[in-house]
Amino acid sequence: MLQRLQHMLDIESLTVEQISFILDQSKPFQEFQRHPLKKLATLRGKTVAVAFFEASTRTRISFTTAASRLGADTMNLQAESSSLKKGESLIDTVRTLEAMRPDGIVMRHSSSGAAAFVAQRIDVPVLNAGDGTHEHPTQALLDALTIRDRKQKLDGWNVTILGDILHSRVARSNIHLLSKFGARITLCGPAMWIPRELESLAPGLRRTARIEEALDGADVIIVLRTQTERLHEPPLAAGEYILEYQLTAERLRLAPSDALVMHPGPMIRGLEIDPAVADGPQCAVLEQVTNGLAVRMALLYHLIGGAPVDAPHPAKERSNAAD
Amino acid sequence: MLLIKNGRVMDPASKTDAALDVLVDGERIARVGVNLAAPDAEIFDAAGLVVAPGFIDLHCHLREPGQELSETIETGTRAAARGGFTAVCCMPNTSPVNDSASVTRGIVERAAAKSPVRVWPIGAASIGSKGEALAEIAAMKNAGIVAVSDDGKPVATARLMRQVMEYCDSLGLPVIDHCEDQSLFAGGVMREGRHSVRLGLKGIPAQTESICVGRDVEVARLTGARLHIAHMSTRGSLEYVRTSRKEGLRVTCEVTPHHFTLTDADVRYDSNYKMNPPLASREDRDALIQGLADGSIDAIATDHAPHHPASKDVEFDRAPFGITGFETALALGLSELVHPDRLSLMRLVELLTTGPAGVLGIERKIAEGEIADLTIFSTDRSWTFRASDSPSKSRNTPFDRRTFRGAPVATVVAGRVVCKELAATPAPNSHR
Amino acid sequence: MRVVEKRQLLSAQEIDRTLQRVAHEIVEKSGGAKDLAFIGVRRRGVPLSQRLARAVKGFAHVDVPVGTLDITLYRDDLSTVGPQPVVQSTDIDFTVDDRDLVIVDDVLYTGRTIRAAMNGLFDLGRPKRIRLCVLIDRGHRELPVEASFIGSTVQTSDTEIVEVRLQEIDGEERVMLIDRIP
Repeated sequence: MLQRLQHMLDIESLTVEQISFILDQSKPFQEFQRHPLKKLATLRGKTVAVAFFEASTRTRISFTTAASRLGADTMNLQAESSSLKKGESLIDTVRTLEAMRPDGIVMRHSSSGAAAFVAQRIDVPVLNAGDGTHEHPTQALLDALTIRDRKQKLDGWNVTILGDILHSRVARSNIHLLSKFGARITLCGPAMWIPRELESLAPGLRRTARIEEALDGADVIIVLRTQTERLHEPPLAAGEYILEYQLTAERLRLAPSDALVMHPGPMIRGLEIDPAVADGPQCAVLEQVTNGLAVRMALLYHLIGGAPVDAPHPAKERSNAAD
Repeated sequence: MLLIKNGRVMDPASKTDAALDVLVDGERIARVGVNLAAPDAEIFDAAGLVVAPGFIDLHCHLREPGQELSETIETGTRAAARGGFTAVCCMPNTSPVNDSASVTRGIVERAAAKSPVRVWPIGAASIGSKGEALAEIAAMKNAGIVAVSDDGKPVATARLMRQVMEYCDSLGLPVIDHCEDQSLFAGGVMREGRHSVRLGLKGIPAQTESICVGRDVEVARLTGARLHIAHMSTRGSLEYVRTSRKEGLRVTCEVTPHHFTLTDADVRYDSNYKMNPPLASREDRDALIQGLADGSIDAIATDHAPHHPASKDVEFDRAPFGITGFETALALGLSELVHPDRLSLMRLVELLTTGPAGVLGIERKIAEGEIADLTIFSTDRSWTFRASDSPSKSRNTPFDRRTFRGAPVATVVAGRVVCKELAATPAPNSHR
Repeated sequence: MRVVEKRQLLSAQEIDRTLQRVAHEIVEKSGGAKDLAFIGVRRRGVPLSQRLARAVKGFAHVDVPVGTLDITLYRDDLSTVGPQPVVQSTDIDFTVDDRDLVIVDDVLYTGRTIRAAMNGLFDLGRPKRIRLCVLIDRGHRELPVEASFIGSTVQTSDTEIVEVRLQEIDGEERVMLIDRIP
């Protein structure tokens, strides 16, 4: 039996079985998105605190929609309008939320380790929606679901991740997840953003600063955007980046014709990706969005529904309930 | 009168390691010999214990004046006494910075009133440690400083470093530098390497320290003055020190216990692992241990950096740098260096006594007529360190609830036992 | 707590004869098979609905569409009882709007499963009519739910369990009455 998850903090600590379980459980929720009436009562009466200490529209909306389609209520905290700006510490903000008794917390924060910090101090399931440059687990899970659906399996692909890897939590989570499934991963970007230490994240990881080399043989291409908000250094000039690293239609032809192109969003068309590629048949960004909803519903369902992790398991339920 | 009987006297200055008694009269050592008798003396039975010269800590932060929420001279020195230290040198990054005789006098007077151990202040090199103008070093020397530093930061420029070194050399004061290239440091929070990449924390490359050590060694070459490298943590820095010594330059250095114990692989999302310089690589740690053993490194200093618990209980990125160190220094020295035979017990004693004394230009020995500052310790008593038992106001240590073999037992300052039976909590398996 | 088989309720042949009979009843009482669709409730309702469709094809020569419904997300007894049950997929590849649906399940007991099934179906559209077909009706309703097509009605007590085993899922064919003895 799968070890029951209490929190979703990172991919690094998950097993292949746990990841496969989450992806399998996302499928009924993918199908659910096609129902005319997208409202369940499964998490009715539960409240999910959505605490985003870092600006984000898409991920926040994805989580709040997921919660609300499951029938849960949401409490929304956004950094700009919160007392964090007034100097309240993370711990106090979260304790204030805790006092309102949510059944789960989804949080995004600019400090690596912030989700773990909160999970250690609070007695409620915590879902990490992105912590600093550390991990963004639901992104990697939805990316994996997209790959599995588009390419019929998840194992053993040549995966190229393109862009500012050093500052990308999406890259790290994807590296952890895909390497557990035997992917051969190539990291490509400007030299100062693909330091050698990245190779220790997974066996067989390669790095190259040359996009042509990275696209040759790539079955899956994950395009990242440049993380200007996380740098302590001046960023690379846009013209330089486009010249050397933009995924153009012409460069994409260096990869197999069925190569899958993905992007965690938001895309900056004309910077890291050519609009023609973004709108082309190989690009799965819209499916990524739908899959994001499915994955997040599956996670909320399992982590927040059900009794708390250390509640004693009761005797077997009444039989002849559907099995 | 105090008669310390049956102990193993270890005195690096005279290379003595023998079963000897020590008789203390007033503030001084009256006699050292075998089977001493003194009918009026209070007896301290040091059977099974080592009697060493009093430990000196070259580097600590007592936070007074101005930051008393984190620590005061009283609470910090009580913790120091509990760690076996008889004298501590406190850094000037207080509020206000100790850059003037009046602040120095304030510290000295406070210590005289409240501290069980000697407090030897270190004065700032520049006014406010701003790195612009020279501080009133001579005036501070009269008020009692024993060295000069802008600790917390490096001495800002090579030009200023040159001025400070030349000036201090004429005053007979060592210059202690916190070596750091601030442009490379750039918002980092832990050592740059595969662990910082995995954890998604901004890294501080090793060269951040060694570039500045190199600069300071060049200035030492230029001026011929005395230079002491604070909390050295990398082998790159150690190489510069070794080269400079071969040339006959007067360069010394210290290493903290956490740098010879932990590495960046130990770092996790817990601010008790966040300090500056950060925990370094395994290769650095091993090189430092080699340097401690072969004499390239002169002293062990704690860099005891207390912080109010609430200020450390935040996300790793936002936490201030620093951990405490007085009470675990000897135990870590024993468990990481002596017990695994990486260096001898006598060498460890040197690193805590004659080594730091030499940097300050003073003597430390157990001999008739000498001041009676002594540290009595056990090399094998089992105990568990509990941060909550510490007299320090702070709790920021990665060693909380760690069990050790060997501990300070009594601290003697000017002939008085100021702290006794410190490490009193027995480990779970010990016989009581 | 021991589990003891009390008696067999239906043998393999009896299951087959029952399903044949029920299939005929459904077609008779539906005025033919037009607009009809079977919705099998996971798990054992699924093979039963497929067999019914095959039977109807056999004597009425009509293809009745069969869909699969997982009711996990619609249950009312979740959330206090330990970890969440695993969700399976619902697989209904035809529209339910204006359909004459027959929900098919193995055992009708409290009626909560069927209530959940109806909730699930209403999320998908607006059927013309919903009726219920079960292999065994064991009584003890807790909600106002009734089956229009019943294989066999059995009197049971609270401690007893009706256990249905089907070839497609369990590798054998029988229905048994089981008792739990403390």
